[in-house]
Amino acid sequence: MQLSGLGIGALMGASIPVLGSAVSVEHLLEPGADVAMKKKLADVALNAAKSKGATYTDVRIGRYLQQFLFTRETRVQNITNAESYGVGIRVIANGTWGFSATSDVTPNGIAKCAETAVAIAKANAKLQTEPVVLAPQKGVGEVSWKTPLKKNAFEIPIQEKIDLLMKVNSEAMKNGAGFVTSNLFFVNEQKYFASTDGSYIDQDVHRIWPTFTVTAVDKGAGKFKTRDALSSPMGMGYEYLDGLETEKIAGPNGLVGYRSSYDMVEDAILAAKQAKEKLTVKSVQSGKYDLVLDPNHLGLTIHESVGHPTELDRVLGYEANYAGTSFATLDKWKTKTFNYGSKLVNIVADKTQPYTLGTVGYDDEGVPCKEWDLIKDGILVNYQAIRDQASIIGEKESHGCCYADNWNSVQFQRMPNVSLKPGTEKRSVQDMIKGVDKGIYIIGRGSYSIDQQRYNFQFGGQLFYEIKGGEIVGMLDDVAYQANTQEFWNSCAQLCDNDDYRTFGSFFDGKGQPSQISAVSHGCATTRFNGVNVINTGRKI
Amino acid sequence: MAILTKEEAKKIIDKVLAYSKADETSVNISGGRTGNIRYARNSVSTSGESNDLSLAVTAVFGKRSGTATINEFDDQSLEKTVRRAEEIARLAPENSEYVPMLGPQNYLNTNAYAESTAKIDPDFRAKAAFDSIDPCRKKNLTAAGYLEDSAGFSAIGNSKGLVGYSKATSVDFSITVRTADGTGSGYAIRDVNDAGTLSTKAATEVAMQKALASSAARALEPGKYTVILEPAAAIDLLQNMMRSMDARNADEGRSFLSKKGGETRLGEKLFDERVSIYSDPTNPEIPGSPYAGDGRPQEKVTWVEKGVVKNMTYSRYWAEKKGVKATPPPSGFILQGGTQSLADLIKGTEKGILVTRFWYIRAVDPQTLLYTGLTRDGTFYIENGQIKFPVKNFRFNESPIIMLNNLEALGKPIRVNGSLIPPMKIREFTFTSLSDAV
Repeated sequence: MQLSGLGIGALMGASIPVLGSAVSVEHLLEPGADVAMKKKLADVALNAAKSKGATYTDVRIGRYLQQFLFTRETRVQNITNAESYGVGIRVIANGTWGFSATSDVTPNGIAKCAETAVAIAKANAKLQTEPVVLAPQKGVGEVSWKTPLKKNAFEIPIQEKIDLLMKVNSEAMKNGAGFVTSNLFFVNEQKYFASTDGSYIDQDVHRIWPTFTVTAVDKGAGKFKTRDALSSPMGMGYEYLDGLETEKIAGPNGLVGYRSSYDMVEDAILAAKQAKEKLTVKSVQSGKYDLVLDPNHLGLTIHESVGHPTELDRVLGYEANYAGTSFATLDKWKTKTFNYGSKLVNIVADKTQPYTLGTVGYDDEGVPCKEWDLIKDGILVNYQAIRDQASIIGEKESHGCCYADNWNSVQFQRMPNVSLKPGTEKRSVQDMIKGVDKGIYIIGRGSYSIDQQRYNFQFGGQLFYEIKGGEIVGMLDDVAYQANTQEFWNSCAQLCDNDDYRTFGSFFDGKGQPSQISAVSHGCATTRFNGVNVINTGRKI
Repeated sequence: MAILTKEEAKKIIDKVLAYSKADETSVNISGGRTGNIRYARNSVSTSGESNDLSLAVTAVFGKRSGTATINEFDDQSLEKTVRRAEEIARLAPENSEYVPMLGPQNYLNTNAYAESTAKIDPDFRAKAAFDSIDPCRKKNLTAAGYLEDSAGFSAIGNSKGLVGYSKATSVDFSITVRTADGTGSGYAIRDVNDAGTLSTKAATEVAMQKALASSAARALEPGKYTVILEPAAAIDLLQNMMRSMDARNADEGRSFLSKKGGETRLGEKLFDERVSIYSDPTNPEIPGSPYAGDGRPQEKVTWVEKGVVKNMTYSRYWAEKKGVKATPPPSGFILQGGTQSLADLIKGTEKGILVTRFWYIRAVDPQTLLYTGLTRDGTFYIENGQIKFPVKNFRFNESPIIMLNNLEALGKPIRVNGSLIPPMKIREFTFTSLSDAV
């Protein structure tokens, strides 16, 4: 599930989670405590918990930095610089988890926090029926990992960022937009992890998301249309905004696909023209169509219909009261024949792919990250599991996808990158469209909704092009497709090749109670699905 | 204890204002305790508690503003925070839409604080979870639930003489009960200010009954149906509509309240004449905050009267530009209803579908406020005034505007999510496909 309301104006509101206290821009570049000091403090927690009866302890000393910029038209609406610094301690005592966190990062504060975590574990043990079983994890010693970035976004002057957004806005207005909002989101997680397994892991993780919404208005007709940015959030530095020509993919009808470099101004100009065009295009006729889905659209469908249903905590019922459970049950998986999709469908989970949001060296319980298959040749073969779940599916080790969104949140199973492998035959988008007789080519993330077991979904998009007899004949409006997850993936008929492969991402994916966010990428090439049910969403009020 | 008295808070605010050299300065102090317990598979999975007390200072020079926060309250820390806010303000870009701070305001007394909630401890939470898990275990049902409680205060003040203080408590509880074979699921949700009025056992019993009754659902063809929406089902669509009543968007031509030619629908009849919606922070059933985040007083406001749009929400900037009163968005609202209970509405229905709740609601078209989403945790077919059998879940595509025109009946409002919402009977509600989800 994703936090909703990333539309007009909503980005300014409560739907964007700001973690931490407002700080000065310069403060974001201060180095924080050094590794030797963090190790000393971590050992305080490990020893204190052990002395109170913990059989396992992990401690996370975290400094979480955010810089968010919000603009509309000619005006900077808000700039948020925030820091959150503290310690989260998780223990097992009497076979039960306990967690406590504190912003008092002193030996005394940490020792007290560790004692509280043990006391909570012991109190909860009384209601516990299933003792925790952890998959073994050998200590990795003293190691470090850093997002391989070229330009630390926090080092780029604020004025340079404002200038970029003002350029985006003015170009959009010049090209037909009535209104435009544009935003930059930068996140840096400085995380130190230590556990009684003998791991001391220092990580420096960076993420970036540039985005905008342009609106075209026809006041006379009482109509308005929007087009959102076709960027993707990335596990990169400010270099993502370089707009390198070598990372662009020329699509049909002047469309541009962006790999690991984004041209925000170019996209804004195109967006303004397209939003204006959307005011007068024809409304779709509902019925069955072959869909050609761009990676910047299909990424969200993968997220919702494959990513979430294969989260093992959902499958087991831990999310039953909120996000829901899953149709991809253990009995289906055990048959080793459950046809999640057609033979073309190979979906991998990973936390290692360069430039992606999920990629780190180690997860938040100290497990080295890796890649594994979820769906192989169409068959459901695995889930996403963490240390206390691995034994349930017969895995000898965790998949390494445990994450907490802050030092004061308890870590739990979160989605790794989940990506559809591109086709092995040479095929461009233009080649794919040539083979479609009656279809719709869909680009961008639109409205999205899926049921609590991930059977039935409905997706919209940003741009819809009608395909007739192998050619694009014009734009369409009021398009949404509805499908059943298994039927949809079994209708997967053709894949473009690796040259078209791009990642899409979710910067604020929500899960858990209290809700935590996480960021995750989804890669794929443009893909064709046959005979999907399209509805017309036009109404009159 | 992190709840300061009005006098303690005022003393800190005055001290901070005295440190400031900015043209305008505002101070916000908030604090309190929040706690939670979460359970699933009839076992507690996580629980925790945290205390917090923090102060935010906003300093303004001309049209440039900066905010800094701190959670230490010694004089040195307070002064440092003021200096930092001033420094951030001097470096900030000019905000051409900046509106000077408000002077002294009159705030209503809203009575949102209950001592019973402020006293909640880990034992209370463990018992609340046990009262919900235990009856489920005994009936071979599986409980997953979440309780979150908070007790806190907020104090505001500024260099123009504005002063405000409020205390509030709240408890939010939700429970999903599933049958052991996974063919039935039921849900209940409660929110109160006074923990003494919450029974997790009673709420769980409703969810248990729905779980058992929803097992082995039959499939009906998607299409247009008469529906009875329980308040927990109607609230999300109505909240989305209320959040879309911003005047600026309407004036700019990009709202459901915009119309052809550039005017807005203010003063027009947009709903069935039985639809009247107002907000009132002093309503004892849903006491709200006495002020909005920027210090504007929350007062009784009529939003829709007998189907006619009476008010829109304004930012202070847009209100000044338009020369109207700057009405802030309300925290909760009341859709007026009648005297009929949910059972009465069912009894009076020849053919229809009872909806417990909706799930994963997302905007499809902001122009018409069309939303999509699904029914969940208890959907039933009604015939001749009786619930006949459970039905499989549906996906809907519907607009609250169309829904409130297709109104058949409104029942007696009950509290859900901080608003008072009646169960409602709607004709021709649009279900577009079936879902296999339970």
